[in-house]
Amino acid sequence: MATKATTGNKGKGVRSDCALTLEITSEGGINIELISKVNVLYGESIRKLCREILAFYGIEHAILTLEDSGALDFVISARLEAAIRNLTGDTREFLPEMLLQNTYQTTRDRYRFSRLYLPGNTPSLMINAGIHKPNGIILDLEDAVAVTKKPEARFLVRNALRALDFYGAERMVRINQVPDGLGDLDYIIPHNVNLILVPKCESAEQISRVNLRIAELKAKHNITGNVWLMPIIESAMGVLKSLEIAQSENVVALAIGLEDYTADLGTRRTNEGTESFFARSMVVNACKAAGIQAIDSVFSDVADMEALKENVLRSKSLGFDGMGCIHPRQIRVIHDNFAPDDAEIEKAGKIVHAFIEAGEKGLGVVSLGTKMIDPPVVKRAQRTIDLAVSIGKLSADWRNKFIESQND
Amino acid sequence: MSKYDKITVNTLGRAVPQIINGREAVPFLGVGKYKPTGRKYAPPISTCADYPADGNKVVASLREALIRCGLKDGMTISTHHHFRNGDLVANQIFDIAAEIGAKALTWAPSASFECHSPLIKYLDNGTIHHIEGSMNGALGRHTSEGGMQGLGILRSHGGRYQAIQDGDLHVDIAVIAAPTADFFGNATGDRGAAACGLLGFALADSQYADKVIVVTDNLVPFPCIPWQIHGNYVDYVVVMDKIGIPEKIISGTTEITKSPDRLLLAEMTARFCDEAGIVRDGFSFQAGAGGTALSIGIYFAEMLRKRGMKARFARGGSNKYLVSMLEEGLVDYILDGQTFDLEGVRSMRENSNHVNTSPFTSYNYHGKGNFASMVDVVILGATEVDVNFNANVVTHSDGYLLHGIGGWMNCLFSKCVILPIPLFRDRMPVIRDEVTTICGPGELIDVIVTERGIAINPLRTDLIDKLKGSSLPIRTIHQLKEEAERICGKPALPELSDDFIAAIKWVDGTVIDAVRKVIKP
Repeated sequence: MATKATTGNKGKGVRSDCALTLEITSEGGINIELISKVNVLYGESIRKLCREILAFYGIEHAILTLEDSGALDFVISARLEAAIRNLTGDTREFLPEMLLQNTYQTTRDRYRFSRLYLPGNTPSLMINAGIHKPNGIILDLEDAVAVTKKPEARFLVRNALRALDFYGAERMVRINQVPDGLGDLDYIIPHNVNLILVPKCESAEQISRVNLRIAELKAKHNITGNVWLMPIIESAMGVLKSLEIAQSENVVALAIGLEDYTADLGTRRTNEGTESFFARSMVVNACKAAGIQAIDSVFSDVADMEALKENVLRSKSLGFDGMGCIHPRQIRVIHDNFAPDDAEIEKAGKIVHAFIEAGEKGLGVVSLGTKMIDPPVVKRAQRTIDLAVSIGKLSADWRNKFIESQND
Repeated sequence: MSKYDKITVNTLGRAVPQIINGREAVPFLGVGKYKPTGRKYAPPISTCADYPADGNKVVASLREALIRCGLKDGMTISTHHHFRNGDLVANQIFDIAAEIGAKALTWAPSASFECHSPLIKYLDNGTIHHIEGSMNGALGRHTSEGGMQGLGILRSHGGRYQAIQDGDLHVDIAVIAAPTADFFGNATGDRGAAACGLLGFALADSQYADKVIVVTDNLVPFPCIPWQIHGNYVDYVVVMDKIGIPEKIISGTTEITKSPDRLLLAEMTARFCDEAGIVRDGFSFQAGAGGTALSIGIYFAEMLRKRGMKARFARGGSNKYLVSMLEEGLVDYILDGQTFDLEGVRSMRENSNHVNTSPFTSYNYHGKGNFASMVDVVILGATEVDVNFNANVVTHSDGYLLHGIGGWMNCLFSKCVILPIPLFRDRMPVIRDEVTTICGPGELIDVIVTERGIAINPLRTDLIDKLKGSSLPIRTIHQLKEEAERICGKPALPELSDDFIAAIKWVDGTVIDAVRKVIKP
């Protein structure tokens, strides 16, 4: 068995991370060599944390070298636990405290305009992700993590789910392709993940396997909350099977991944997207038929906001409800352009106002002008208004202004 | 001569020396409390009889000029920092001084840069006794570890003018590197291979130094127009092959940030200004050179353009973004203290509404007013802020002195002072119980904008009222500190030596704080 393990990242450009080498020895006690840019402020607390973790695993003799570039405790713990797991195979978990503000559930039909991909092994990109207010944050265990780093990324993603403030964004993880990805679920499900992205999905059968594993883990850990699924359609087969996938249990949206899809077709991805028109339309139609959301692929030129905007508008016109993003700067453009426009907001305002007014007057039936309004229409209008307020397109006291404008 | 003596506690509760490098110093008394008496300092009277009637003051070399100026032990030599990290002159002065065998000199730059780290060897061998100006990067690190014989003195740009004007900083020899000059010593910064825009930081030196040397690599026939520096102050002119490295004269921080976190800070700051009613027709602003500050200018420009308004003036450091606002008609004037890029230099040369200013007009506290207090809003940085809004720009939380003050202190007199800063940088929390070094008293700092919330100084009830009901995340400074500590953990305090290595002078020359030596692990 190896006696030495190395985990984490260091080097130029690495921030908020650490690299460590752990050697379990037979004598000499615990020796920690710490090189840290925050040594003066946190050196003692980092050493204490490392000793606590080693003691937790009953390791009494070890040499630990830690090169730290400002890693937070949950990152250091993940790195050290990964090294210990590697050396000892001990499957006990050293878990950071679950933040209270991370314990929320999400609804099946919440807005999913934007979901921000974060590489699952890069802590520096995680720490401030939530403040940019994407609808969802995806901690990615799949393509954004180097193959050799996948085992340790699981620990980091697990710890991030507990200790990283998501600021209300839907908490998502992209696991690896089934069947490998099923093993990722053990690290994810017990920590209040809201949604799992299932990449390169080609059949309903794959989704049942994911559902089955999740059900087992939920039972084992006594978890009652929902774990939604968002399969990603990334191949010709996936496109053709999109309806059965969309109709699977717990699936709330399908996403489409065009890089892999175009590769599968043997063509190249273009900004106009003619080559993927069929696939996109298939996915949208499958989703609408199944009553779930359709989510478009990411737009990879992070510098070109105009092209992104065009892309979003095209996407919305095809029937998509949201798209992925790979840079926080894309979030605003995606929200602004997927969001209801002024005409939609105005109409929703009239409907909600009529509904409230009818309630105040004790009327059972809501009408606008000569038209009766059905409850689902009111509900949709209310959601449009809530959304417009939440993204700042409408002020919270819109109704007062609305009434004033009626009286003018 | 003792490095420092007579430690007392000033009104901010900071221990400071009252004797610095053998001279008396007044401890900080409070903002606007210290009232100077007496008359300004004056250099010796000169006579034309001692200078060539044909106006030609060119001598063969910098060495000859320094010798003719009587360079000797204990003198103070000043330089300006308009060439920033591309300065080729300051180091040569001390190479020559060391060759001549001069000892215990004081170097009084308007700021120092990484390119000046070769001077460390002259701090070590006693050629330079101490620095009055700034100690950045490697020089600061060396100073922090006790590598300077005397006590370093840090001043703001305005404080430097004040100190020279008041005679607190006596300059024996001023060496003014000038991108273009004539043989009489008239000089300008707006043209030439080393063009840096203006030479405002050398103004006091030219007016008050005993001896003045102009060094140029672009000698033009008399008259050098414009004459930002008047030859009538100048003793000698030296011509060299190259006085600065153009690409390093342009500072590295003049591109808009691409960091999403910093863009968010900039956007929140701009929105704050808008909701506070600051962005209106005819307003004025100053934003520093950092990427975040530049981006705020872009947001201001967008707001003005959309509403058909314009700003009356913007204070520079100028750069291409500010210049494009001027040229687009979004601002009437740039009142510029230093140009940060070639567009700034070009604009200053070509556009009469792009005006060169000096620390005298902009910042000098011992004058009959200055521009700084007229500016509606200023956007500044800080390494640390404490729960009383006191801020630090010179030291890091581990105690190391790594930055100069620049115009930062002077800008605190603006009508609204906003510091957009990340709540923590790679686990280093920015909001502390107490800052390591106080460079600005909290009463002058109005708003802290972080990516996780905005704190308004409780003294600014007007701003608090205006932002009531805002959708911006308004928090208390204590809430922000707790948030940072929740994420990063509570930081330990650095253990610092009892020894001081530098004093921080307030805009009026009083000592606001002193920096302690670090204890190396």
